[in-house]
Amino acid sequence: MNLEGRRKLESLMALILSTLAAFFGLFWLIFILSDVLIHGIGALRISLFLNDPTPAGIAGGGLRNAFVGQLLITLFATLIGVPVGVLGGTFLAEYARGTKISQFISILADIMVSVPSIVIGTFAYAILVRPVGHFNGWAGAVALAIIMIPVVLRTTEDMLSLVPWTLREAAFALGAPYYKVIIQVVYRGAATGILTGILLSIARVAGETAPLLFTSFNNAYFSLDMNRPIASLTASIFQYAMGPYDDWHAQAWAASFVITLFILAITILGRLIIKWRYK
Amino acid sequence: MPIIYRKNAIDFSFSLITALASLTVILLVTGIFATLMRESFLSIQKFGVVRFLTSTDWNPVKESFGAATTIYGTVVTTFLALLIAVPTAVGIAIFVTEISPNLLKGPIGIAIELLAAIPSIIYGMWGLFTLAPLMSRYIEPALQKSLGKLPLLGSLFQGTPLGIDIFTASVILSIMIIPFTASISRDAFNLTPAVVKESAYAIGTTKWEVVKDVILPYSKLGVFVGIALSLGRALGETMAVAFVLGNNHQITSSLFQAAATITVSLANEFTEADSDIYLSSLFYLALVLFVLSFVVLAVAKFFLLKAERRYSR
Repeated sequence: MNLEGRRKLESLMALILSTLAAFFGLFWLIFILSDVLIHGIGALRISLFLNDPTPAGIAGGGLRNAFVGQLLITLFATLIGVPVGVLGGTFLAEYARGTKISQFISILADIMVSVPSIVIGTFAYAILVRPVGHFNGWAGAVALAIIMIPVVLRTTEDMLSLVPWTLREAAFALGAPYYKVIIQVVYRGAATGILTGILLSIARVAGETAPLLFTSFNNAYFSLDMNRPIASLTASIFQYAMGPYDDWHAQAWAASFVITLFILAITILGRLIIKWRYK
Repeated sequence: MPIIYRKNAIDFSFSLITALASLTVILLVTGIFATLMRESFLSIQKFGVVRFLTSTDWNPVKESFGAATTIYGTVVTTFLALLIAVPTAVGIAIFVTEISPNLLKGPIGIAIELLAAIPSIIYGMWGLFTLAPLMSRYIEPALQKSLGKLPLLGSLFQGTPLGIDIFTASVILSIMIIPFTASISRDAFNLTPAVVKESAYAIGTTKWEVVKDVILPYSKLGVFVGIALSLGRALGETMAVAFVLGNNHQITSSLFQAAATITVSLANEFTEADSDIYLSSLFYLALVLFVLSFVVLAVAKFFLLKAERRYSR
């Protein structure tokens, strides 16, 4: 065969291989999603949201406590993590813009984003569970907040940097002090971006399991007390899926379906906002 | 530009508050490191560094702990996962940037990013309920019948295929990191200037030659960063493997055996640790994992900065 033919054949083979790789990857991913969808919808009962868990083997139990607990933990994590993240990002992009310390913190935050979440769980255990002597909801919320802070901080920094510098100069020229410029001009210009970052960070922590296993632990009963162990959806999924009962497995699928749907909805919403605002 | 503004009292306090908020990041990193050091002090004192890292003994009853089995599990599952994920992800990136019609590029890109957002516990549970039975019934026996007969490779596929083993865990891990690696590789590929590609096409190169000789050399740093970031993520992944690895502290040559990773041991044993030295050793494991992933991620970040500098030039 001549050289040209060989080159064409080689190209064809390589392209077929990468197309196959793409379909191989997509195949698994669609497989997982459809499995969660089918099993999840099939196991979805109204009792899942309205009832608390029943003793093992007795039908009719639900995961009301876990839904409420998850909401509480995520809510407090957001309340702790978002202000720290937004303010920290403000410092990096405004007061310390372009300085070495800003670059250093930015790099450190990028690394923190990917630090194993279970390590953060052990940290929260050491500072908030051990001194108290028992698992508690606050430790879980703090662990999730620690995961959130670098994410929110970095998006805030990026979003504030997108606001044109001339806009600030215009405000300075009117005699406004820097804090007023930041709050009334820069924040306003970057609001959608920051909000999207917050949304995506909530989506990120809502599915976290590992840092909750030994901080907020789990609770078979309905509880609103953050000073006690509190149930969460993800920890319940882990416990139910590893358990021996079919009823538990069905509830784990249903809970997985709900949590996946929630996270995908937030992620899509975030992407839509970005697309709409930064086109 | 001055970091702290002194002209105005409110401005001064606001800049101070934001400075403190950003310092929490440094505080957290040092705090995590110091706390893990302090908590694992008992174990560091008793077992030392080299002995702890090389001992295969993990025996809570005799209170003798070594990390070699879990480090082995972590390294093997991560390596296998990358072995499957990287070629697939690069294939996906090539497909999305060069092969697929424009109409498909958007949807596939979105699908990849959505899949990266699915929490790892979903992957883990799916692995336990769906993949593990498939593995033990079809895939693993088939592998044993074919590859298991080979002289040297064969030892990798020994044992009863139960589906709860290193192989299944690695496959789930790889499926989980594929979207992540693919999306970074795709972004790196997209940075290749169209003009360079077009000049290559103009002198009559084939599509594969453009990918191989223009795009890959141009974006290799970006792809490398993507692989390093995926490595960091795979090292610390807990829930995707916790369901199907079995938490069995042993070093085994066969992939069809249960094993343990650092993360899986932590997830399974942390709440059960009944003695101080047991808990301290678990903290020691967490410390090893923290240092390991921190180093990997820092190296990745270093090359990313280098890559960004190159592309912006």
